Amino acid sequence: MAELTYLQAISDGLRTEMRRDKRVFVIGEDVGVYGGAFKVTLGFQEEFGHWRVIDAPLAETAIVGACSGAAIMGMRPVAEMQFADFISCAWDQLVTVAAKQRYRAGTPVPITVRLPSGGGFSGGPFHSQNPESSFAHIPGLKCVTPATPEDAKGLLISAIEDPNPVLYFEHKHLYRRIKGEVPEERYTIPLGKARTHREGDDVSVITWGAMVYTAEEAAEQLDADGVSVEVVDLRTVMPWDKSAVLESARKTSKVLVLHEDTRTGGFGAEIAATIAEEAFEDLDAPVKRIAAPDTPVPFSPPLEKAFIPQVDDVVAGLRELAEY
Amino acid sequence: MAIAREAEPVNSLREVREAGLDREDLLGMYRSMILTRGIEERGHILYRQGKIPGSFYTGRGNEAGAVGVATAMGPDDVGTPLHRDMGVHVVRGVAPWRIFAQYMGRVDGPTKGRDGNVHMADSNLGLIAMVSHLPAMLPVAVGAALAFRIREEKRVAVGWFGEGASARGDAHESMTLAGVRRLPVVFICDNNQWAYSTPTYLGFATENVADRAEAYGFEGVVVDGTDVLAVYREAKRAIEKARAGGGPTLIESLTLRMEGHAVHDDAFYVPKEMFEKWAENDPIERFRTWLRDHADLTDEEEEEISGGVKKTLNDALKRAEESPLPDPSTVTEGVYATPEDLDTPHHK
Repeated sequence: MAELTYLQAISDGLRTEMRRDKRVFVIGEDVGVYGGAFKVTLGFQEEFGHWRVIDAPLAETAIVGACSGAAIMGMRPVAEMQFADFISCAWDQLVTVAAKQRYRAGTPVPITVRLPSGGGFSGGPFHSQNPESSFAHIPGLKCVTPATPEDAKGLLISAIEDPNPVLYFEHKHLYRRIKGEVPEERYTIPLGKARTHREGDDVSVITWGAMVYTAEEAAEQLDADGVSVEVVDLRTVMPWDKSAVLESARKTSKVLVLHEDTRTGGFGAEIAATIAEEAFEDLDAPVKRIAAPDTPVPFSPPLEKAFIPQVDDVVAGLRELAEY
Repeated sequence: MAIAREAEPVNSLREVREAGLDREDLLGMYRSMILTRGIEERGHILYRQGKIPGSFYTGRGNEAGAVGVATAMGPDDVGTPLHRDMGVHVVRGVAPWRIFAQYMGRVDGPTKGRDGNVHMADSNLGLIAMVSHLPAMLPVAVGAALAFRIREEKRVAVGWFGEGASARGDAHESMTLAGVRRLPVVFICDNNQWAYSTPTYLGFATENVADRAEAYGFEGVVVDGTDVLAVYREAKRAIEKARAGGGPTLIESLTLRMEGHAVHDDAFYVPKEMFEKWAENDPIERFRTWLRDHADLTDEEEEEISGGVKKTLNDALKRAEESPLPDPSTVTEGVYATPEDLDTPHHK
C-alpha cells in the first residue's frame, strides 16, 4: 500500500492497465507532451510513445468517435475530455453511436471517457459541471463517480475492462485534496456496488463524488448532537446499487439524497422515486433532496458557494430529518 | 474554382486489367449492381404491401458508387456504409434474405428487429452499422484506421458520407484528425445532389465537396459516380495509397438520387429535366453497355446473370417471410454488452 492522492491513483490505474494491456491507449487534448491539463498522464508519452498517448486536435467528436472505431477494431481506448463540460461536443458520438451499438447491431463498444468534473474553485459555467445524470439517462452507457483514491484506481481499471462505453467522472476538487492508501497491485472494483462510507443508525445520506466528504463532515457535526448518520457512497450512478440504498433506507427510515449536480432531473430524483416506490412503508419521514439550484454554475466565489451544497446545508437538512 | 482532381473514365478492358480486375470480376460487379437494385425494388414492393414498418430508403442511382468502392476494398479492410450504399453490403457478402428480414423487422435480420432499413452491418464482413445522424460514422471509420495505425497493420478503413452531411462538424473533425495523423482511411462522399430537398448550392459553396481535401492536407478526387469502373479505379488507388502509408483521400462520387429521399417523398422539388437527363446515366444501364462494347457481354450471359439474381431474390424473400417477428419479452435484452460479446474476430 502507498498513500496516493486521488489524482495519483487515477494515473496509477491508467498506467497499470497500459502496462498490462497493449490494447489500451489514451487520446485527448494536451495529454501527451503536456501530460494533460491536470497532469494525470504526465510522463505517459515517454513511457508508452506517441501512438499510445495521442495528442488530438481540439475535436471532441473525433476523439470519442475515433475511440469507438478503435474499440470495435479491438482496442481499449481511454479518451480524456479536458473538462467534463466539453463532453457536450461529443454527445452524438456517445449517445447516438456508442450507447446504442450493442443493442441494435450487437457490437460492443468498450471505451472509457475520463471526465474531470465538478466545481469549487471558480471554474465558472463551463469548467465546473457534473453532467452524470444526463448520461445515466441514456440506456447503454455506464457512469462511474469515484470518491476515494482506492476507488479511483479500482473503478478506472474496471471501466477500461468493461465491454461497454463507460463515462468516468473524476471530481477535480478531490484531485490533490484527498489522499488515501491505495494497493500497489492491479485490482478491480465492481461497477454497481455501493460502499458504506460511514455506518450510522438514524439517518442515511445517499451520495457520490465530492459530496461524500461534505456528507461526512455534516455527519460528524450531527454526531455531537447524538444523531448517528450513515453515508452511502454510490461509487457508480449507472448501474446504481439499488439494493444497498434500499437496505440503508430500511435501516434508518430517513433518507437524504445529496448531489452536486442541479436538482431537477438530477440523479437524486431517480433515487428518491425508487425509495418512495419500494420502501415507502419503511420510511419515517419524506425523502429529502439537497442539490445545486437549477442554474448554470456561477463564477464569483460567494455565488458558487451558494450554488454548491455546503456542509451547513447538509447539517440543516439532516437535523430536519432527525427531528421529523 | 475546382481544386480536386477529376478522374478519367476507364476506356478499355486493358485498363481494367491494369487496375486489377479480370472479366469474371466485371461480371461479378455487374451482378452485384443488379442484385443491389433488385433488393431495393423488392423492398419497395414489400413496403407498398405494408410488410415493412416505418419508412423505406433506397440507393437507386448509387449502385456504381457502392459496388465500385466495395470491390476495391481488401478482405481485412473495414467500412461504415450508409443508406445509399446497399451495394457495399452485397459485395461484402451479406445474404439477401437477411436484408429482407431486416427490412421487415424479423429476428433473422442483422439487427434482429432492433433497427430497420439499411441500419445494419455484419461485423464479420468488416462492416460497422450506420446511425441516422449523418455523418456520425466518419469519426468511427477514422478510429478503425487509428487502430490499424497503432498496431501497424496494413488495413484500411473506408468511411461514407453524403454531400448533405458534408456540412456537419463530424466530417470536418474526422478529416482534420485523419489528416494530421495521416491515417489509413478513405472518405467517400456520395454526392447525389439532393440532401432530402436541399440542393448542393445551399449545402456548400465550393464547386466540389472534394475541393476541401486540400485544406486537410490530402488529395481530393471527383469521379463520375455512375461509372462503376472509374469509381473502382479511384477507390483502389486511394485504398492502396492509404495501405502503403500515404494517408487519406477524399473521393467524391457524383451521381443523382434517382428517387425521393425515402418512399414517401415524390421529389417534386427536383426539376423533371434533371431526372430525364440523369436517367440516361443510369449506372446499371451504363455498365451493361460498357460490358457489351468492351467485354463482349453476350445475351446468354446477361440472361444467366439476371435469371440468377431473380432466383436469389425469390428464394430470399420466401426465406425472410418465414423468419419470425421478435418476441416482445426480449425488448430489454442486450442493452449492455457482456465480456463474452468481446469474443469476436475484431475485439480480440
